[in-house]
Amino acid sequence: MSMYENVFTQVQIRPPDPELGVGDPLVARERVGAPYYEYWLGVIGNAQIGPVYLGGLGVASLIFGFFAIEIIGLNMLASVHWSPIQFVRQLPWLALEPPKPQYGISPFVPMAEGGWWLLAGFFLTLSILTWWLRMYTRAVALGLGTHTAWAFASAIWLYLVLGFIRPLLMGHWSEAVPFGIFPHLDWTAAFSLRYGNLFYNPFHMLSIAFLYGSALLFAMHGATILAVGRYGGEREVEQMLYRGTAAERAALFWRWTMGFNATMESIHRWALWFAVLCPLTGGIGILLTGTVVDNWYLWAVQHGVAPSYPHAFSAVVDPAATGASQ
Amino acid sequence: MRNLVLLFTLATVVLLTTAMLFTAGWTRPPIHGIQSGYRGLAMDQLSTNESERLLKLANTLPEPIDKASADGDKATSVYKNVKVLTDLSIDQFNRVMLGFAAWVAPQDQGCAYCHNVENMADDGLYTKRVARVMLKMTRHINSDWQGHVGAVGVTCYTCHRGQPVPANIWFKGAPSPTEGFATNNDGLGHPNKINGSTGLSADPFSGYLDGDGVARVQATHALPVGYGAPIQQTEKTYALMMSLSTSLGVNCTFCHNSRAFAQWPESTPQRVVAWHGIEMTRDLNAHYLEALKSEWPPNRLGPTGDGPKLYCATCHQGAPKPLLGVSLAKDWPELGGVQAH
Repeated sequence: MSMYENVFTQVQIRPPDPELGVGDPLVARERVGAPYYEYWLGVIGNAQIGPVYLGGLGVASLIFGFFAIEIIGLNMLASVHWSPIQFVRQLPWLALEPPKPQYGISPFVPMAEGGWWLLAGFFLTLSILTWWLRMYTRAVALGLGTHTAWAFASAIWLYLVLGFIRPLLMGHWSEAVPFGIFPHLDWTAAFSLRYGNLFYNPFHMLSIAFLYGSALLFAMHGATILAVGRYGGEREVEQMLYRGTAAERAALFWRWTMGFNATMESIHRWALWFAVLCPLTGGIGILLTGTVVDNWYLWAVQHGVAPSYPHAFSAVVDPAATGASQ
Repeated sequence: MRNLVLLFTLATVVLLTTAMLFTAGWTRPPIHGIQSGYRGLAMDQLSTNESERLLKLANTLPEPIDKASADGDKATSVYKNVKVLTDLSIDQFNRVMLGFAAWVAPQDQGCAYCHNVENMADDGLYTKRVARVMLKMTRHINSDWQGHVGAVGVTCYTCHRGQPVPANIWFKGAPSPTEGFATNNDGLGHPNKINGSTGLSADPFSGYLDGDGVARVQATHALPVGYGAPIQQTEKTYALMMSLSTSLGVNCTFCHNSRAFAQWPESTPQRVVAWHGIEMTRDLNAHYLEALKSEWPPNRLGPTGDGPKLYCATCHQGAPKPLLGVSLAKDWPELGGVQAH
């Protein structure tokens, strides 16, 4: 029983010789690191570590990523008088902010006024895009479908909307997200406040539905497969076509509990699309904000989306509008 | 080895958990909620027994000072160089001086904090010249800012609480810590008491409480009609609102329905009072504190050389109503308290 209910992996596979993977010597040349086994990582995944395929794209991605992190980190360090102690203490609050509004969408911004943000963003984007290419080529090299790369592309879409496409459409870099742990969260709250409450943005609603839906599906699927593991349920893909007792029992379980059941194939399509659609719809919601809709609350009132509640007080009037002073 | 790692991990978890239990910032139940809007809108003001006890303790009242008759000779008939309190009787005038000694002056200095005791009429000390402006300001608040202070009014004690300098004042923010071409971040990313320990603007007051900056950032139309307020201005307003919230010891829903912050019909009547409060603060900073600019000695100036200024916490000090709404001014016609007249 405890095998299935444990948080940690119960079975660690340790062949006498580590798995080196497929490919000709030319491909193998790109793999680095002698493989070894690590018990503690085996507790949460495969105990074999390495070799890792780096390749030209991997190297490029790491270098670009290093530039980006370096620019962000050194600017943060400068903002605390180069004090390492304050850097650690204030790290969650430290920021690298985008250019000020007066620079519009100009690519030439003084470094101190947001130029570093542009540069960091440029390198981070290069790093992410080369990593995407790397995922794509690795999938092709292994003879896989490119699903993973396209799923990652959905997240990249949201990233590009936030930091590049929407600022371009708005004509201001200042609309983009700052780098920093709390600063990007403060930006998120301020963004929602500025544009009249993002909760009334239908694409934000969709994105949340897909986010929570993904979590729910993940829990349902993980639990189901572990539950039928004793009947060979972990051989999910095989059971798509050759439905054994694991697939039948899992299907029956959900049909009995909710009348409908996914199949061994469809559950993976559900999961992939829920996850992909979360940043995809979210990106559309962000793209429409400020460009097409300026105040989501007012928009929602106009379109009968926002409910009205009875007032608990007598009517409150804007004192600035009535010309009242003092 | 495995068991050692396991043991070490367990010990770390137990120690960290124990340490966490004894850190500050825990709120002990029961938590009291007072609903302030229609049901389902999560408009509640929250408090605990401890927070209520601390608030009461922080707002203890000063010893009352015996009332003085307005009859009799005017103070100007016996005292020289009286410039503000010219309408008071000798007894009333002396009563105000007792108030100063009890509420503002350091205990070991008394009258000598503002006066040259050899010649009480002498204007040599800056504190005396500042006190005159502060008296005018107090009377101005009580008579002209009913929209904010109502009949409760203010006295010196509302802000000073026995201290020569009120506990909560503000200066223009220090210049950016970065030099050369390192990013200056427009003043963002530095947590402090005023911005509620967030990464929002470190100095939301400059240009707003000492100027006529605009706090309203939300569009008034559903669809865009041009480029509106930038996100950075929104973060400044946000930081300003955090300072209001901390100053008054309330959350956003004291004034706003958080689903539509900008909408006045969705707001509570307190938002109107707060609006007048902001207007009042701007008036006081512009016409009283700014006027004192040349009086301050260097040790009273801020990092960029400006004088101290007011904000909500100067009077409120963490309470929705200063001194929890108790009116001291009603007993102080000398300071322009309205109930007193």
